[in-house]
Amino acid sequence: MITPPTFTDFYTLIPYLILTVWACVLLLVDLFIPKNRKSITAILASVGIAVSLGYTVTQIGFKSPGFNNMVALDGFSTFANILLLVSGLFGIALAYGYAKRMNIERGEYYTLLLFSVTGMMLMAQATDLIIVFLALELLSIPLYVLSAISRRIEAEESGVKYFLLGAFASGFVVYGIALIYGATGSTALNDIFFAASSGDFSLLLSIGAALLLVGFGFKVAAVPFHMWTPDVYQGAPTPVTAFMSSGAKIAGFVALFRVFTISFPTLAADLTNVLWVLSALTMIVGNFVALSQSNIKRLLAYSAIAQAGYILMAFVPYGIKEVAPVAVASGLFYLVAYTVSNFGTWAVVIALEKAENKGLELDDYAGLAKKYPALAIAMTIFMLSLIGFPPTLGMVGKFYLFRAVMDGGFVGLAIIGVLTSVVSAYYYLRVVVNMYMKEGDPTIENETWLNFTTAITAIVTVVVSLVPNILFLLASTAVF
Amino acid sequence: MEFILQPLTLLTFFPLLGVLVILFLNAEQKNAIRWVALGTSLITIGISLWVFSMFDSSNPNLQLEAKYEWINVARFNIYYYLGVDGLSILLVLMTTVLTSISILCTWTAIEDRVKDFMAFFLLLEVGMTGVFLAQDLFLFYIFWEFTLVPMYFIIGIWGGPRRVYAAIKFFLYTMAGSILMLLAILWLGIYGNTFSVPDLITKGGIPADVQIWLFLAFTIAFAIKVPMWPVHSWLPDAHVEAPTAGSVILAGVLLKMGTYGFIRFNIPLFPEATVQAAPWIALFATIGIIYGAWVSYAQADVKKLVAYSSVSHLGFVMIGLFALNPEGVAGSILQMINHGISTGALFLLIGMIYEQTHTREIKVYGGLWKITPIFGVFMLISALSSMGLPGLNGFVGEFTILLGAFGSDAIGNPWYASISALGVIMAAVYILYMFQRMFMGPAGEITHHHELKDLNWREIITMVPLIIFMFWIGLYPKPFFDILAPAVEKLLSALPL
Repeated sequence: MITPPTFTDFYTLIPYLILTVWACVLLLVDLFIPKNRKSITAILASVGIAVSLGYTVTQIGFKSPGFNNMVALDGFSTFANILLLVSGLFGIALAYGYAKRMNIERGEYYTLLLFSVTGMMLMAQATDLIIVFLALELLSIPLYVLSAISRRIEAEESGVKYFLLGAFASGFVVYGIALIYGATGSTALNDIFFAASSGDFSLLLSIGAALLLVGFGFKVAAVPFHMWTPDVYQGAPTPVTAFMSSGAKIAGFVALFRVFTISFPTLAADLTNVLWVLSALTMIVGNFVALSQSNIKRLLAYSAIAQAGYILMAFVPYGIKEVAPVAVASGLFYLVAYTVSNFGTWAVVIALEKAENKGLELDDYAGLAKKYPALAIAMTIFMLSLIGFPPTLGMVGKFYLFRAVMDGGFVGLAIIGVLTSVVSAYYYLRVVVNMYMKEGDPTIENETWLNFTTAITAIVTVVVSLVPNILFLLASTAVF
Repeated sequence: MEFILQPLTLLTFFPLLGVLVILFLNAEQKNAIRWVALGTSLITIGISLWVFSMFDSSNPNLQLEAKYEWINVARFNIYYYLGVDGLSILLVLMTTVLTSISILCTWTAIEDRVKDFMAFFLLLEVGMTGVFLAQDLFLFYIFWEFTLVPMYFIIGIWGGPRRVYAAIKFFLYTMAGSILMLLAILWLGIYGNTFSVPDLITKGGIPADVQIWLFLAFTIAFAIKVPMWPVHSWLPDAHVEAPTAGSVILAGVLLKMGTYGFIRFNIPLFPEATVQAAPWIALFATIGIIYGAWVSYAQADVKKLVAYSSVSHLGFVMIGLFALNPEGVAGSILQMINHGISTGALFLLIGMIYEQTHTREIKVYGGLWKITPIFGVFMLISALSSMGLPGLNGFVGEFTILLGAFGSDAIGNPWYASISALGVIMAAVYILYMFQRMFMGPAGEITHHHELKDLNWREIITMVPLIIFMFWIGLYPKPFFDILAPAVEKLLSALPL
């Protein structure tokens, strides 16, 4: 039965609504902001995110479905929303000086970014496949545009490539939804679960679920759906890459976590094997191909692929009832670790990047430690965190991930995971080698917000790893 | 606040204070930085002596424990848990002493980026002390892995020509080993619902077939660190390329982290597997002893010679440990200290001459004895101590180990011990052969052309503490064995022998 919306319905979506309305208004306001003062738009956009973030924080601990079970507000969505909004803030901070310096400053950047964040937030709250699809499009389309926003030829290539492959992936998702609807007669996640556990639709349902997996696999850049990643990451303006590699990944994973854990535990017998292979492949391919990269953006693109493999790994035992919450919690926890270190890394990359795609080779990092010791220390911290080395958040995150895998009894996968971590150490350390052990004369851009991002992410990476209790608590209570 | 004032917390983290001060100094004030680093490490020695004064050596249990809940959410029961017992107290003291000595020996050797060097060195001290004191597996793992980072920089920035290769090899090799240990740690954490080592030991009851795998995972990590044959190949590279201070710490302390790991974790956590594995470990240790000695003999580079001799010496430590009787284990732990002292001294002396001549090739030296007599005397004592001359420390350790290994029920036959004993003779051969070529005979190429200076006061001060310990342990080892005995007895009493 359909009931008319009440205040509770709206309450579940308030942070999302704030941001959507704000983005729409900002689109209009931006018209009246002179071309050379677009930083006002950036500040206004950040204010919007901050307000939404503030409201999200007040929602910690609340739990309620909304709009006839189309969306939900729960610990999981609140956790993801906070992370997404923070990513949005970082995305703006990184672009603030970069856009000016590269002469690509446009008000649309910030509004598109806001729209993308709203899509991601909706994804985190979606409990119906239709909403999932809406959210997917809402987050993706602004990203396609953002990739091409610098209007350089590489950026356009990157945008078109992302768009075409992304549209293809969306097609998979829609087709999957259609098949699932055909099999179960519903698009609501809970109903799908009930239908799946009572009836005998397994083949159609399995195909539908597999198609969804393909679509989400594309968004999180899991092998073999990762082909777009290096080119798009390399061609897109660096702040967009930074935002994309965190935000889109978070959104893809939260959708995967929620949809699969709620709707498809009955299919776990089949899907677990698929996920096992996907995550193993992702870790192996991502890490090994990264070894041979000499461009930092491509290197980080492959590293982003590999990192997706680790998160997927924790999700493999999702069908085991006792382990599923741990799997999801550890995935969320690791997403935080990854996001923080990832933005820090990209901030350093942006600080070294010069016009015309210069300053992006690993060799350009030679001698950084001598000239800018603080920046080099920060970068070392991020690299250690991405390897999973103490004392960083990445290490604690991996510890949690691997425990979920061991809890689920997938020792073989865990061994692949740890061994590929060793491989990853080699290429992450190459950056450190260049910074500390080679001679060179790099120059950096000294931008306030860039420095701020680098500093705050580095501090968080170390400090939270030493006192991770609150984050553990939030992640482990972030349940549906 | 109570947490910070715990003696062991102070001991572990005090060097961080020095790091902090150094960070605020100007990189150009090199001497100020050196003094701060030295001062910090000396105060740390003071703290370790204070800890030692409170230590009751007749008590076999963990003492001065600092145990606080650290991560107690999400089904993790991770403690901030430090403690010291007879098995670790000597190693802790050795760590603090060797750190000061190493800092002193870099006074003129390190001129480039002194600030970074000293900061990394003190960070390294935090990691090493933490490894020997941590009683929670998670905390231990953090310290264990963390020591890699500063050492990686020390080799990679201040090392020789192939430093980057050596640094990365060192890092990856060690990480590859310890990463499987991480999985074993997680298994234990899930099994025991705690990461605290004493609690896990009390709980016990790990099925024998699982024990083997866990034992293996820990063994790979520790064996690489020791290093045991055949996973030793990172060691010569790291040693040869590392700056002197790095080599001293590497040989003196980092390798001991491996052997200590066996004592602290493998033996008490996996008793059945330990007994089963003992003959195998003894076999590999024996091969290492002979192989290391043989390869040492063939080296043209004196630093490499000492590096390979470590493989041989650590083989003795391993066979003594897995003799699993009081003589073997106590001898091993003492030999760990001895090796730190003698090999540390040898690396220091080689570094002192290298600073002047910039070569380590044995054949270009000759006749040093006449030109640099003080240097020669120190070298002779250290060399004799390393090869195990009675009256010096090396003899006491090796003799006790062989005694243990001969009569060991766990190893099961006296052959390994007999063959290992050959290693003592081989050590005499390669050490004396080296000494003869460098110090005796006519002046060599380098000795001829260089105006070689004998040791100065700073260098003598650096060496004297080590020489004192060589004689002390060599002539009157009883106080050291008295510290070890109760803890060793407790360790072995739990084994199903």
